[in-house]
Amino acid sequence: MAARDYIRERFFPHIWCQGCGHGIVLNSLLRAIEKLGLSKNEIVMASGIGCSSRISGYVDFHTLHTIHGRALAFATGVKMSRPELNLIVPMGDGDALAIGGNHFIHAARRNIDITAIIMNNRIYGMTGGQFSPLSGFGTIATTAPYTNIDHDFDIVDLSMASGASFVARTTTYHAQQMADIFRQAILHEGFSVVEVMSQCPTYFGRKNKLGGAVDMMEYFRDTTTPIGSKAKKKNPDLIERGIFIQEDRPEYCSEYDQFIERAMKGN
Amino acid sequence: MSQNLKFVQGNEACVEGALYAGLDFFAGYPITPSTEIAEHLAARLPRIRGKYLQMEDEIASICAIIGASLTGHKVMTATSGPGFSLMQEGLGYSIMAQIPCVIVDVQRGGPSTGNPTHVSQGDVNQARWGTHGDHAIVTYTASNHQDVFEMTVEAFNTAETYRTPVILLLDEVVGHMRERLIIPENGEMPVVERLRTSVKGGVDYHPYLPREDGRLPMSDFGGENRYNVTGLFHDMWGFPTDNPKTVHELTRHLVDKIQNRVHSLARFKEYYLDDARVVLISYGSAARSSLHLVEERRSRGERIGLLELQTLWPFPAGIVRERCAQAQSVVVVEMNMGQILREVKVAVEDPEKVFLANRIDGTLISHRDIMDIIRISQAKGV
Repeated sequence: MAARDYIRERFFPHIWCQGCGHGIVLNSLLRAIEKLGLSKNEIVMASGIGCSSRISGYVDFHTLHTIHGRALAFATGVKMSRPELNLIVPMGDGDALAIGGNHFIHAARRNIDITAIIMNNRIYGMTGGQFSPLSGFGTIATTAPYTNIDHDFDIVDLSMASGASFVARTTTYHAQQMADIFRQAILHEGFSVVEVMSQCPTYFGRKNKLGGAVDMMEYFRDTTTPIGSKAKKKNPDLIERGIFIQEDRPEYCSEYDQFIERAMKGN
Repeated sequence: MSQNLKFVQGNEACVEGALYAGLDFFAGYPITPSTEIAEHLAARLPRIRGKYLQMEDEIASICAIIGASLTGHKVMTATSGPGFSLMQEGLGYSIMAQIPCVIVDVQRGGPSTGNPTHVSQGDVNQARWGTHGDHAIVTYTASNHQDVFEMTVEAFNTAETYRTPVILLLDEVVGHMRERLIIPENGEMPVVERLRTSVKGGVDYHPYLPREDGRLPMSDFGGENRYNVTGLFHDMWGFPTDNPKTVHELTRHLVDKIQNRVHSLARFKEYYLDDARVVLISYGSAARSSLHLVEERRSRGERIGLLELQTLWPFPAGIVRERCAQAQSVVVVEMNMGQILREVKVAVEDPEKVFLANRIDGTLISHRDIMDIIRISQAKGV
């Protein structure tokens, strides 16, 4: 099946701004799904609120557009009741880690087989450019006009500490690596987190004088490096990308099935 | 019969009713005085290959049950006031996306942490208006364990019939008190199964196009029909729209499907109302004290009766108006500052004859408390 067969063409054009990185994420995701040969009926996409979350409207899967920050909680209900389905949950950085931070760490802790994609553009785009937990100290936003004093955290570190058994990072500049990581994340049985550094030229780029979309993507190229590269040793400030952890650990739905067997015996 | 006879807490009666109705997915978070519902379901559900999920908070709990309901399961969560507050946004989502679910609120005093182990009926208006935007809601309650069982089954039946959340408002006294419960045989009480679409996969399916009777056949999410579900205003495919006509029609549909059925959704009990000059209106554990008083005064020949409400929302104003028409005085007995009192005053012809007998101190209202108010209403001393 060609990648375009996975989209709902009649709902295009999409709502994303010119130069937004989220379309690249959609592209890489569909290429990954195409490569896996999954049928549209096998995939549930649950999303929350924000620019990133609108991705669910454009794909011809079972799509659940929920409320801000709670997509993983809805997805947990779907997955637990239909474990054979593939759950993909695209979220923005604010959606996943501010309002949804608690659901995020607990979904990771359970190691439930859901693929969480965090499209990290370091800003609340839908509401017009307020700082997010990922904006970082010293950045400018409409709600941080005198520079932001909130510190960010590292999504990869947070995910690993929370118990995710697959954790990766990539950027919109590295679209092919992104597709490959998505493919492996979906295949992985357990909670998978993929952070995608994505550009918001309209707000984050403009407010912070980072140039246009191309400039921002080149910035991703220049400030990131593969995990464990020589460049990283020379320049510790570089951000690593690639798969940080990929471990076989007991998955929540399978554990629950065994739990049911124990309960039935005790009956 | 003996096998079906139990001596249980009200919270267990709710569990038994839910399982009888076909509950197979529960998600919750521990909170007094509702916790026994979660504890019993944690033990019971896996034995019937159902799922019990303990989530990280009440917000996640309601979201998880909505997700599971979409895939075709009968779902419930249980909480108390603070958790019910957290569930309000998810409640609104289930109204907008028309996803059946049952939410049990075993009330405690409030606001805030309030009085966790004591009785209150303070969440009546939160059940009605807690979530934002125009909407209608179905809320049931019960005063004894047999009724808790039956109203729980009814809650599931209504949720499935009208694709709506249903709130079951219990209170601490009913939830924790132990009394007799007889579980009906299978088939003795009707259990409503979900109306599912006959549209085959690959055919254009309209998940949000009401039939002529207003009902919406569902397709189990993850099955052969792919569609979109959203909390935004949406068209018949479930796709977001701000088209004024579509927004108007959906708002009307969500309100009318409940409000137009006030009569058929009304559950209530009548005691000695035929010739009653004093009519008590009550619900939940307060109705027990009310009935105690009515029977005591009747034995002395006084013309007093009780209308016990089991449906609080949509408020059965027509029934209240009719039953109070001949009364000299109406006394609303509830354990809050008069949340149903307001509805009764609007419903009856003469609001001046309506009085409130209440307690707001975490103590079960007694028949004496009610009698004091009746005497005051009759200009007698207490």
